[in-house]
Amino acid sequence: MSYTAFQVLVRRDLRLFFQDRRAVTMSFVAPIVIGSFFGYVFGSAQDRPPSKIEVAVVNQDDSEVSHKVIAALGADSALDVKGRSLDEARELVRGGKTTVAAVFPPGFAERAGKSFFRGGDKPEIQLLFDPSHATEVQVVRGVLTQHVMEVVSREAMGGPTSKRLLGDALRDLDKSTGMKPADQAALRRMLESVGDWNQRQGSSPQVQANAGFNMPYTVKQEAVTARQGVQYNSMAHSFAGMCVQFILFMGIDAGMVVLTQRRSGLWKRLQAAPLSRYTIIGSRAASAAIVAIVIMLTVFGFARVVFGVRIEGSFAGFLGVCVAFAIMTATFGLLVAVLGKTPEATRGIAILVTLILVMLGGSWVPAFIFPQWLQKVSFAVPTRWAVDGLDAMVWRGSSFEAALGPIAALLAFAAVFGVIAVWRFRWEAS
Amino acid sequence: MLEVAGLHKRYGDLVAVEEVSFVARPGEMVGLLGPNGAGKTTTVSMIAGLLTPDRGEVRIEGGVVRGETDPVKLRLGLVPQEVALHDELSARENLALFGAIYNLRGAQLSHAMESAFDVAGLADRAKDRVSTFSGGMKRRLNLAVALLHGPRILLLDEPTVGVDPQSRNQIFASLEELKRQGKTLVYTTHYMEEAERLCDRIIIIDHGKVIANDTLDAVRRMVPSVNVLEIGVENPGRDGWLDGLRTVDGVSAAVWDGSTLRVTVRDLLESSPCVLVWLRERSYRCSHVTSQRADLETVFLSLTGRRVRNA
Repeated sequence: MSYTAFQVLVRRDLRLFFQDRRAVTMSFVAPIVIGSFFGYVFGSAQDRPPSKIEVAVVNQDDSEVSHKVIAALGADSALDVKGRSLDEARELVRGGKTTVAAVFPPGFAERAGKSFFRGGDKPEIQLLFDPSHATEVQVVRGVLTQHVMEVVSREAMGGPTSKRLLGDALRDLDKSTGMKPADQAALRRMLESVGDWNQRQGSSPQVQANAGFNMPYTVKQEAVTARQGVQYNSMAHSFAGMCVQFILFMGIDAGMVVLTQRRSGLWKRLQAAPLSRYTIIGSRAASAAIVAIVIMLTVFGFARVVFGVRIEGSFAGFLGVCVAFAIMTATFGLLVAVLGKTPEATRGIAILVTLILVMLGGSWVPAFIFPQWLQKVSFAVPTRWAVDGLDAMVWRGSSFEAALGPIAALLAFAAVFGVIAVWRFRWEAS
Repeated sequence: MLEVAGLHKRYGDLVAVEEVSFVARPGEMVGLLGPNGAGKTTTVSMIAGLLTPDRGEVRIEGGVVRGETDPVKLRLGLVPQEVALHDELSARENLALFGAIYNLRGAQLSHAMESAFDVAGLADRAKDRVSTFSGGMKRRLNLAVALLHGPRILLLDEPTVGVDPQSRNQIFASLEELKRQGKTLVYTTHYMEEAERLCDRIIIIDHGKVIANDTLDAVRRMVPSVNVLEIGVENPGRDGWLDGLRTVDGVSAAVWDGSTLRVTVRDLLESSPCVLVWLRERSYRCSHVTSQRADLETVFLSLTGRRVRNA
């Protein structure tokens, strides 16, 4: 292999790439812009305040209890609560302007208080929801359960209506025939004890306020990342994913250049010169790999400066993954070039394949969201290893050893692609 | 010297080149003539090492190219049929790039580039991007790139396609100068007039086979009739109107090209009156009559029964 010619061809490719404004925009600006957008959209609560779920509340009960429940819902940081009529609420949900509507039926407080001790005729809170936001419904349901239980239990065990509710419960117990006498006696003792407790505490408003059930635990959340105290930066995954996607696009373009140059007769000149195919293929791969590395370093440099994304793990590991992915991309480009016939016929298929690779690799959404079987399948594509490797080195803070797997996998893919490229290489278009 | 012996190339059932042999000597320009698809480019590609022949051998200055990196290739320059240049780079950058590929550096490269610009006549546009050049300028640069490394043999594959007359004349002048310098030139074209003007020897290829290989005069003598009458006919007949003329004694071919009737005759003095009488008897009106020696077009027609550009 002529080293001078190799160098000259690599320099030519780099020059042509950086002279091409479209290529530079697609390779540098696009991953930065789209990475920033995805990072912002999928950002965690630590990055910025979480967006609240919009909830319309229809209070057909209009009792003190229902007002208290609604007030508690309104005070919850996860919800943005607004009172509406039933028709309004339904229309808002149908139009996608409100995610969930909760309808408190007439007699809610009364029936809930009675059901608290005796079960039976429970009131039904209707949840109207936008089917495209099924996950949010579960959140609203959980928050609703918490606040209804707190307010209703407080009311039943210490509120102004608690004496009447207990009296009703005792009377119903006397009429009950389905219970064993021993069970009936035990329940009576419990209800009477609640009544005694209410009478004793009735004089203290503070005690009244604290009556009822409370959440028996508090929660402390800690995102386990690189080091204690280091917060997860959602931009890290987003930039990794977009880097992988647009570098693969650059790889396709590198392949297209080969096809275009072959068609334009440039390869005839090279072939007529005393150059080996390895010099020509190798220089093309080297230039594509260099461009890929420059793109990665630029994009992550931008993420570091603007969004504070740090390489929390091994920097050597990060570089290793970058280099391995760059080599893989270069050979992927060659594969596109040798399997393609004309640039026009090849580009569409190559883009489709790349988008599938990118999607399966977890560049758009993290792979852990995939079904279990798909997660396993996704290890068969190089992009999964690239994204995982970058995630491990950038925000998981993993050591160099954690990079070895992705590096080895990416180099293995590169070897397979490279061997096929050399094997299928043809000077002339078929 | 370039020696081509028994080249043969087949693509599936199609025999593209069959037993092509010829020799091109220093200071000689050999024209490979034939219609599109005749096998000229395939032959040149095999000579340049772009294609591996199924059979046969190419000797370049006595050496046979063995492998992609064989230095024997340095003795050869190729001007591809396509304009094989980087449009995004300047003329100077293109020359520097291709010079470097042939290991030219420093003063050697500068000198080679200077000479190449002289050949192309583009010294004043050296810094301009190739994309701003006219078709003719690109063709001239295409030729200049092939000369950078000082090859002894130059293969020119239809180097004047789409070129304006000024650039064409400039290319012709450059090629004549290269011939004077003792270079061996192989020139493929389907423009017969180019071959007549430039080439010392003519090889006519049709359907992959060599059907003539000699000096221009000798090739002209290959056809029994070497004279052509060109007659302007104002009221030509319908299809088949010339069938009768072809049976006139002494007429070997008669072709109507839409404006002029070209009649090939063995003896101008004997046959011309017969042709004119035949036309007059059928009430065809003639606007003019001229005669000329048979050109390559006529030779090709005579050898293959077809015209080059319609073949």
